[in-house]
Amino acid sequence: MTQSKKRKGILGGLALVAVAIGLYWSLAVAPPDAYQGEVQRIMYLHLPSILTAYLSYFLVFIGSGMYLWKREKRDDLLAHAAAELGVLFTALTIIEGSIWGKPTWGVWWTWDARLTLTAILLLIYAGYLMLRSLIDDENRAASAAAILGIIGFLDIPLIHMSVYWWRTLHQPPSILRPDKVPWENVHPAMLTALTISFVGFLLLYFYLLSLRYRVGEMRQEIKALRLERGA
Amino acid sequence: MALLKQTYLLLCKDLLLELRRRDSLLTMFFFGTLLLFVFHFSFDLAPDKIAEMAPALLWLAFLFTGTLGLAQLFQAERENHCLDALLLSPLDRGALFLAKTSFNLILMLLVELVVMPLFWILFNLSAWNLLPQLFLVTLLGTIGFCVLGTIMSALTLRARARELLLPLVLFPLMIPVILATIRCMESVLRHGEFGEAVSWLKLLVGFDVIFITVGVLIFDWVLES
Repeated sequence: MTQSKKRKGILGGLALVAVAIGLYWSLAVAPPDAYQGEVQRIMYLHLPSILTAYLSYFLVFIGSGMYLWKREKRDDLLAHAAAELGVLFTALTIIEGSIWGKPTWGVWWTWDARLTLTAILLLIYAGYLMLRSLIDDENRAASAAAILGIIGFLDIPLIHMSVYWWRTLHQPPSILRPDKVPWENVHPAMLTALTISFVGFLLLYFYLLSLRYRVGEMRQEIKALRLERGA
Repeated sequence: MALLKQTYLLLCKDLLLELRRRDSLLTMFFFGTLLLFVFHFSFDLAPDKIAEMAPALLWLAFLFTGTLGLAQLFQAERENHCLDALLLSPLDRGALFLAKTSFNLILMLLVELVVMPLFWILFNLSAWNLLPQLFLVTLLGTIGFCVLGTIMSALTLRARARELLLPLVLFPLMIPVILATIRCMESVLRHGEFGEAVSWLKLLVGFDVIFITVGVLIFDWVLES
């Protein structure tokens, strides 16, 4: 118990340091963007947020599949924790994007493919959390959520395709372009800032995930204790 | 083949029940018609605009009536522990899924077969010759809706406030179907043919095939939940 607490503490500390260095690099070291100016710096948060959110949804999918297969409570706890964090990071992405969009595009929100896709993801996984909370029987809630976790994830490519055919207005990717290697079209300091920021977000994500997972575990323990006392 | 035979028997059971009670079909039909009136009062539908808006309005009406049907889909099974009895019998759960999906599909198609021509009459649309193509698109879209709808309806079976929860989890997942059907219908109404919308049609078929397969495979777990 104390061992895992210590590990969590170290992970949290590392996350804090990495996010701090990332922020310093993003705000002070990296040069302002040639066209967008200072506001572009929000990208150093925006990109890591959405990548972390996608990682989260992938973990929901894995946890859900494993739960249906092996019926182990820990897989369900993982999926639940990941879904909550996914919703959190998706919401962050949308908020950051809006703050960036207003000065750059002139609007808070536009019905572009990527924006729409992100918003739909938020709705799907908010639905996932609602479904969980509205089923009283715990095992039934876990199974139902696991199925939605799988179907939702399978649906993402289809939604992706359809909203892209529907419309595209978003910035074309500026770093991972097919015609050039990354370090040729982006200032190296920008790339470093983004990388550090991404590592920081990943550490922070896993720290939060371990905390949220532990909360789930503790709920189980409390429930077991209550049953014991009651008997 | 056992799967198809079981599906057929289960479907007959549901159809017989519906034939005797007519709860869902009549409610859905009147609700669909009612929506057409609501649309008429809500929008300023000038004759030149109506062809542009028809696909979206029609599909909205189908979505809402379909949700109404889905909420009732497992009503018979909820009463008197019928679901437990069905689960105890040596049935393939995939057959149960296919039967429920086809039952809901039949209800929705019957409603759509009436509501679509009614739309044409009420809003004075002239393109009667395009109805077969539009109906093909509607069929593919409705299959997708019923497939995911049946899964979600079963998932929310034991949830509190399930009628509210159902559209909440279902509609975001339905976005590809909604987009694809509306684009296809638009293309047909505008150019008289599918043209570039053929790729949307393929997307629809893909969606249907993927989720029918997924549904048959996972319905075992769906009903356990």
